[in-house]
Amino acid sequence: MNLLEAKNLKVVFWPKRSMFAWAKEQLRAVDDVSFAVEAGETLGLVGESGCGKTTLGRAVIRLIPCDGGNIVFDGEDITNVTGKQLREQRRKFQMIFQDPFNSLNPRMNVGQIIGEAIDAHGLSDNADGRWEKIESLLKAVGLEPAYARRYPREFSGGQRQRIGIARALAVEPKLIVCDEPVSAVDVSIQAQIVTLLQDLQAERGLAYLLISHDLAVVEHMSRRILVMYLGKVVESGDSNTIVSSPQHPYTQALVSAVPTIEPGTKRKRMVLGGDAPSPINPPSGCPFHPRCPLAETRCKSDAPALREIAPGHFVSCHLA
Amino acid sequence: MKLRETESADGLKPLLEVNELKVGFERDGKSICVVDGVSFCVKRGETFCLVGESGCGKTVTALSIAKLLATPPAQWLGGQILLNGQDTLQMQERELRQVRGSVISYIFQEPGASLNPAFSVGSQVKDALKLHRPDDATDSEIVRLLTAVGIAAPELRMRDCPGELSGGMQQRVMIAIALASNPKLLVADEPTTALDVTIQAQILELLQEIKRRLGTTILLITHNLAIVSEIADHVAVMYAGQIVESAPAMELLRRPLHPYTKALIAAMPRLGHVTEKLIPIRGVVPSPNAVPSGCRFHPRCTLAQPDCSQTAPELKEVEPGHWVRCPYWQRSAPSEK
Repeated sequence: MNLLEAKNLKVVFWPKRSMFAWAKEQLRAVDDVSFAVEAGETLGLVGESGCGKTTLGRAVIRLIPCDGGNIVFDGEDITNVTGKQLREQRRKFQMIFQDPFNSLNPRMNVGQIIGEAIDAHGLSDNADGRWEKIESLLKAVGLEPAYARRYPREFSGGQRQRIGIARALAVEPKLIVCDEPVSAVDVSIQAQIVTLLQDLQAERGLAYLLISHDLAVVEHMSRRILVMYLGKVVESGDSNTIVSSPQHPYTQALVSAVPTIEPGTKRKRMVLGGDAPSPINPPSGCPFHPRCPLAETRCKSDAPALREIAPGHFVSCHLA
Repeated sequence: MKLRETESADGLKPLLEVNELKVGFERDGKSICVVDGVSFCVKRGETFCLVGESGCGKTVTALSIAKLLATPPAQWLGGQILLNGQDTLQMQERELRQVRGSVISYIFQEPGASLNPAFSVGSQVKDALKLHRPDDATDSEIVRLLTAVGIAAPELRMRDCPGELSGGMQQRVMIAIALASNPKLLVADEPTTALDVTIQAQILELLQEIKRRLGTTILLITHNLAIVSEIADHVAVMYAGQIVESAPAMELLRRPLHPYTKALIAAMPRLGHVTEKLIPIRGVVPSPNAVPSGCRFHPRCTLAQPDCSQTAPELKEVEPGHWVRCPYWQRSAPSEK
């Protein structure tokens, strides 16, 4: 059963270009995106900076309002719930942030940080139970229970990320949106966090929406992958398929751009020209056509639809 | 101790020789040694990579070459840096100014933070030209440099301020500024870390083209071993202020010998290798004011022997051109297949 289902989701921003600009331009950060996450699975979301992956991650857990489409979580439509109802729903989904230095309150100790999450949802009615819970959470993420009395500044990046994970686990969520969980930690620590997330998933049956620009990390953790470009999904499918036989030219370029460590076995590099265009004024037709090495005339005028080219493998390209 | 032969076949001395470099930082009246006896040498025309995690001293080593660290808090505690035959550590500020730019140029991780936001990129390239090649400080030379680093429509782009350019474009401008003075050595400190992978691929391609076309020697600082395999000729892996392994790039990646290098490779997720479980390295990177006794990696090493915490191992040439700071390099880790 699908735990989270997003249909035709849209998020539009109205950036202020200058204080004298009267006509506002719209920026479609997420444009008609549909996907589903099953209970206990990991869905990977990859794309370059500015493609809307973080916005999408925040929108599905109602941290920012959506401008279209609907979100069904655990059988309930949460697109428009507010107030108390939304707070109740929020217990079921949590988020882990990229920057473990800015996402923890420096004035609170670790026990208070985790305890705040427990209190916010009234999950413990006595002090002893609450404390036990904090200690067991710290143990679950591989930290000493005694760390509860310390402050975030006393920890390394990897340890802070563990604290962030413990805070997310405090309310026993069903889904955790992981926004670049390992981008800000050291190489030798990355694997620790990845394995921790995988172990927690196996133990607790958590579902993850994993947002990352690092295709190798996403492939490692996810069963399915969604590739985004300029607010749209350009390809989605099994992580194995996406990495070994990508069909969209953008995914192909993305896969070939990942540096490999295998000496001598260099993949044929497909270097894309130029930068991703601004989402304020996206190109006509296929949004990828100005950078696409295979672009034809029709790509400039007709936007390709997301088609299922093989069971479970969706591609939005005229040529696929 | 000399790493690698100091004279190449054509009789030319290597462009850069770092011998037993020691750099400390003063904190609360105490000196904390962050680079401890680093030696390496970079031959003319090659790409040399210094690899390591944050805090291992790779950036401090790179900045020491042109004495770009503020003293205090930084202190040069010993060693020698021969850049093109001259010891930069002994130079006075005036001599250093001759060397900076004309012999050695730098590009940094965040191009946006290195460029002045208030001036057009063209004028910033021009500043570099005025300083080093005053006769060439013309618009046509600026256009030529910007074209060389792959900026489309350079006549228009040179009027843009840095904020109007994307991160990849800004890094290209930084490279153009660094190349304006025709340096012999280009030091690139994590040049692609702040960029997207497709843009990273473009910048790496550009660096290789510069090396091919202009013969510029490149010293690349990175935390990413995969980048090493893409562009490096020779690599030195640093850990806690010391070089733990040094070898030709292909050799090091094919047959890493130091437990830290091995562990780092086993901990990296690689595309298309999902079935292999990642093997994390336990513990954390030691802080420079609390380096472990003996071998600095021993608390995290799966191969550690009782004496590893007692005696600090030397960097030894265990095979021609392959240097390792571990007496037990021949043993394989228990977790390895």
